[in-house]
Amino acid sequence: MAIDAIGNSVLSQVVRLWAWLFLAILIVFFITAVPLVSGDTVSFLSIRNSQNILVAITPILLLGLGQTFVIISGGIDLSVGWTMSFASVVSALALRWGYQIGLPIPLAVLMGFCATLACGVGIGLFNGTIIAKLKVPPFIVTLGSAFILRGLALLFSENTTVIGLPRQIRDFGNESLFYFVRGDSEYAGFYFLTKPELPRAVLREMDRIITYPVLVTAIFVAMAIYLLRATRFGRYTYAIGGNREAAIRAGIPVDRHVIKLYVLASTTACLAGFLSVLRFTAGSAVIGDPLLLSSIAAVIIGGVSLFGGSGSVIGTVIGALIIAVLTTGLVMLNVAPFWQFIVVGCVVILAVLIDQSRDAIKASLETRQ
Amino acid sequence: MTAEPILSVRGVTKRFGGLVAANNVDLDVYPGEVVALLGDNGAGKSTLIKCISGVYAPNAGSISFEGRETRFATPIEARDLGIETIYQDLALAGNLDVPSNVFLGRELEHQMLSGLLKRLDNRRMAEETQRVLSDLDVKLPHLDRPVETLSGGQRQAVAIARGIYWNAKLVIMDEPTNNLGVPEQKKVLELIRRLKASGVPVILISHTLPDIFAVSDRLVVMRRGCKVTEKNVADTNAEEVVQYMIGALDDTEAA
Ligand SMILES: Nc1ncnc2c1ncn2[C@@H]1O[C@H](COP(=O)(O)OP(=O)(O)OP(=O)(O)O)[C@@H](O)[C@H]1O
Ligand SMILES: [Mg+2]
Repeated sequence: MAIDAIGNSVLSQVVRLWAWLFLAILIVFFITAVPLVSGDTVSFLSIRNSQNILVAITPILLLGLGQTFVIISGGIDLSVGWTMSFASVVSALALRWGYQIGLPIPLAVLMGFCATLACGVGIGLFNGTIIAKLKVPPFIVTLGSAFILRGLALLFSENTTVIGLPRQIRDFGNESLFYFVRGDSEYAGFYFLTKPELPRAVLREMDRIITYPVLVTAIFVAMAIYLLRATRFGRYTYAIGGNREAAIRAGIPVDRHVIKLYVLASTTACLAGFLSVLRFTAGSAVIGDPLLLSSIAAVIIGGVSLFGGSGSVIGTVIGALIIAVLTTGLVMLNVAPFWQFIVVGCVVILAVLIDQSRDAIKASLETRQ
Repeated sequence: MTAEPILSVRGVTKRFGGLVAANNVDLDVYPGEVVALLGDNGAGKSTLIKCISGVYAPNAGSISFEGRETRFATPIEARDLGIETIYQDLALAGNLDVPSNVFLGRELEHQMLSGLLKRLDNRRMAEETQRVLSDLDVKLPHLDRPVETLSGGQRQAVAIARGIYWNAKLVIMDEPTNNLGVPEQKKVLELIRRLKASGVPVILISHTLPDIFAVSDRLVVMRRGCKVTEKNVADTNAEEVVQYMIGALDDTEAA
């Protein structure tokens, strides 16, 4: 009866609490363990480290956002990693070309951005159309396009990296909303939007808080939450993942919606590629591939069922945070980097096990009512 | 009948590979009448109504609705013209809650920023769902549960609620009393009478002969994809209908 009163939707939110709890435990663990191992001066939750974690998760999260929608609809997009790489190369080439023909820097950046968008829409249309119209399983289509994009990214970049970009674009990828200068020099304090002019000696005391890529990602996360929870688009995504035939009979334009979902997935991946160009002042044909598995892991740790029909954007955010906290924390504990993979792998399997036993517990509670 | 039929099916044929599931079927439905569709398992009843509701494209034949020839490429076109169907397999999204299913494909929305941004109006959908369910005299403990956690009968009620919410011009029910308890079965029959009284014709597929005789005006018997007879309910009886269903009688052979 008590469970009855809470209502099922609330219940499923609350039971998902373990992910929040796990994240909190991880953070507490690293806060206490890091100073023990690395000396009292190093703190896990310092501004600098927390910002490093945020910067580290932006690409994983951007890849994971579109993927969340795709997997909820019952599909999967294995191409997002190489899509990111491809967009990184193509937008860097476009940006460099714009710069070389003498466009002002912001216009050159805009060219790179447009190239990114074109990549996102093009790749998504390619994947989505073959999946929706020609009924080839998404696993196969996106596996194929991952290979194609890998080849194209390496071809276009000529040797994995596109260099020769104007140095000024660094600011777009690395500057931030806030600055904080530590210590007790005359410069110490908070700065908003304007980067303080600092002498070299103090420069190392400055932290960037919420860099532009983090801000852009946060805006996309907010839009994705809204899209999935509050709009028809989100409702149709769940419906298709829950019962595709029912969605068709209800009159949902299923094929068109599926195509849109793959466009969404590749567009957020391309955005991640573009942001990496701004961040590193270079295009890279190998930047996305290692992120693919992390992004899928984030989605799954976040509670999206691979069978489709359930999951949330917030879950994916927590999943990405768990992965980022784990990896940076282990590095700070001087654990050999390979252990990161082993730990993340265990967490993925554990997450699914917990979700499955939760479903079993819920079912047995319901039958007992 | 003097009035024009609201639905007119002519020579509809639907094949699945070599199997002819519906074979050259004619069917007329007039305003305000209940037409029963009977036949053994696999006779082709569901196939025929899926041709009418836009799930299947027939291989041959034509369908006219309100005097206009129609060719539904998708179920939404049939729904938009006012044909609502309650499918035998219910066609609910089990992971969504009750209002989401009732309004699936036709969600109510808030307009924001003069229509630029739209947001689902979940509260109004829940209220409307509650209203249509109480019209049906159905009580569900929670509307905000995934439909897959409901009982078979409750799910049936949700499917029926969706079918009647939209002020349809024609309601098709494929074995709607399946899974229902006796009181709920009575309510469905009552509902069919009410639809008829308000002028909405119903195509009713059922294996329960007493129900059919209780609410229908006309009945059509199918066997192995073909229509074998069509009778006014007043002019026949259960025994004769069974004879048609098992193939002992067949008007097409006689003709
Ligand atoms: N999608 C399909 N693909 C292939 N064959 C099908 C399909 N749908 C129906 N059939 C076949 O067509 C024939 C008619 O099926 P249908 O579902 O129309 O029968 P029915 O009269 O509704 O039976 P029931 O009373 O059991 O619901 C059956 O032999 C069935 O196996
Ligand atoms: Mg049937």
